[in-house]
Amino acid sequence: MDRRPRSFYLLAAFFALFLLFLYGPTFTIAILSFQGPEGGLTFPMRGVSLHWFRDLFEQQAVGDIWGSFGRSFTLGLMVMVTTVIVSVMGGLAFRKRFAGSGVLFYMVVTSLVIPSILVSLGVGLIFSQSGLDVHWATSGFGAQLTWTLPFGLLIMFAVFNRFDKSYEEAARDQGATAWQTIRHVVLPIIAPSLIGVALFGFTLSYDEFARTLLTAGSHNTLPLEIYGMTTNVTTPVIFALGTLTTAFSLAVIGVFLATVWTMNRRRARRGSDAGQGMV
Amino acid sequence: MSAHPTTSPAAPGSLPGALLKNRHVSGWLLASPLGLVLAVFLLLPIAMIAVVSFWGATEFSIYPDFQWDNYAFLLSSPVTYKVFLNTFKYAVLTWIFTLGIGFTVAYFLAFHIRSLTWQIALFLLCTIPFWTSNIIRMISWIPFLGRNGIANSTLMSMGVIDAPLDWLLYSDFSVILAFVHLYTLFMVVPIFNSMMRIDRALIEAAYDAGATGFQTLTNVIIPLCKPGIMIGSIFVVTLVMGDFITVRFMSGSQSANVGRLISNDIALLQYPSAAATAVILLITVLMVIGILLRFVDIRKEL
Repeated sequence: MDRRPRSFYLLAAFFALFLLFLYGPTFTIAILSFQGPEGGLTFPMRGVSLHWFRDLFEQQAVGDIWGSFGRSFTLGLMVMVTTVIVSVMGGLAFRKRFAGSGVLFYMVVTSLVIPSILVSLGVGLIFSQSGLDVHWATSGFGAQLTWTLPFGLLIMFAVFNRFDKSYEEAARDQGATAWQTIRHVVLPIIAPSLIGVALFGFTLSYDEFARTLLTAGSHNTLPLEIYGMTTNVTTPVIFALGTLTTAFSLAVIGVFLATVWTMNRRRARRGSDAGQGMV
Repeated sequence: MSAHPTTSPAAPGSLPGALLKNRHVSGWLLASPLGLVLAVFLLLPIAMIAVVSFWGATEFSIYPDFQWDNYAFLLSSPVTYKVFLNTFKYAVLTWIFTLGIGFTVAYFLAFHIRSLTWQIALFLLCTIPFWTSNIIRMISWIPFLGRNGIANSTLMSMGVIDAPLDWLLYSDFSVILAFVHLYTLFMVVPIFNSMMRIDRALIEAAYDAGATGFQTLTNVIIPLCKPGIMIGSIFVVTLVMGDFITVRFMSGSQSANVGRLISNDIALLQYPSAAATAVILLITVLMVIGILLRFVDIRKEL
C-alpha cells in the first residue's frame, strides 16, 4: 500500500475532532444521568447511582413518559409503514414522466423545505376550524408524513437511478405481468433500500417535535413530553431519560442493521449462482 | 413487503388494461397517495394560513374577516425587522460553519477512505448521535457550556482564563454551536453523495496535467460538488430559518428569530398574527431557495 499523504493525517484529525464534537455532549449527559441522589445538572458527580433512572419509572415523579413513549412508538410505526408504501409507489410513478409530474415534484420539494412550524400551524388551524379534534393519530400523523415522505421519495429516486432495467425486461420477456414484475423482481431487488426508507420514516417521526406541536392534541408524544420536562424539571432525571432514549434508538438501528445483514447473507447464499457453475 | 393494489393485473387488451398501460394514468395512480397526502397536509394548510393571516382575533378566539391589520402591524413594527435580521444572521453563520465542516468531512470520507466498508462504518459513526432526540441533544450542551460547565472548568484549570466565560451558554455563540451540531450532517450527506459520483479519472487527469492538490480542489472537485453543496445549503438554511426551539433553548429565551415570533403568537392564541408572520417567513424562505436553485437543476441531480 502506498504511503498516506500528510493531508490524510490532518483530515483524519479533523474528522476525529468532528466526532468528538458530535459525541461529547451526549456522553456528558450519559455520565451525568448516573449522578447520586444529591447530584445536580452539572459536574461534579455527587456519587454514582441509578436513582434518576428509578425516578423515571415512577409515574408521579415525572409526566406521562411511558404513555407518550407508547404513542410515539405506535405513531412511528404507522408513519414508517405508510412512508414505505407511498414512497415506493411514488418512486415507481416518477420513473416515467407523466402529466403533472413536475408540479408534484415541486410540491415534494416544498414539503421538504417548508418550516415545520408552518405545517403544524396550518394543519392545526384546519382541524380546529373544521370542528375536528386534533389527535396524534390523525392530524399528527398527516403532519409528520409531509416530512417523512419527501425523504422516502428522495431515497427511492436514488434507488431507481441505479436500478438495472434489464431485469424487468427479462421478466416481461418471459411473460410476467406488470404486477408480477414488481412483486417478484423489483421489490426483492430494492428491499434493502426499503429498510433504509423505513428507518428514516420511523426515526424522523419518533423525533419530530415542531410538526407535532399543534397537531398532537391532548395526548403528548415523547418529544413533546421531553419539551415539557425541560421547562419544569431541573433534576438529572431528564438526563436519565436522554440516556434511555439514546439506548433505545441504538437498539432500533441495531435491529435494522441486523435485518439488512441477514437479508444480504440470505441473498448471497441463495440468490446468486456465481462461482458454482462449471469451471 | 408493501402491497400494490393500484397495479393489480388487468387483462391486456381490455379497457382498464389499456388505460393502465397509459403512462399518465399509471403514473397518477401510483402517485395519488403521495399527491393526496401533500394536498391535504401541505397545500391546504398553507392556503389556510394565508386565509387566516387576514382574520381578526380577540383575546380568546379568532374570527373570519378580511383586514390588513396583521400585516400592517407586522410590517410597521421595528421588532419584525430586528428579528428577521437576527434570523438571517443565524442562517448565514450556521451555513458558513456547516459548509466548511461538512465539506471537509465529506472530502475525507470520499477521497481518503479507500474501502467502501470503512466509508459506511465511519459514516454510520457520524449518524449515531442523531438517533437521540433533538431536544435532548440541545440540553446536553448545558452541562458542557454552563458557568460551572466542563468547558469553563477545563479552561480555568489550564490557566487560560481566570473567571468563567459567561458568553458560552445562553448567547448567540451557543445558538450557532447547537445549529452546527444539529445540522452539519445535512451538509455532509449530499456533498459526500456528489463527491462519490465524481469520476476518479478526472482527478488523475488534473494531477497528470500538473495541477497541485489545491488547484484540483478548486478547479475540479468543488465545481463538480456544486449540486451537493446547494442541496445541503438548502437543507441547512431552511432548517435554521424555520427553527424556533433551538433558539429558545440555547439563547435562554434571550434572542428571537422569526420562528420564535410565530411560536410566541401561537402560545398567546394570536393565530392570525402568527399566520401573517408565517406567510412572510414562507415567502422569505422560498425566495432564498429560489436563489439557491438558480445554481443547480435539482430535478436533474436526483
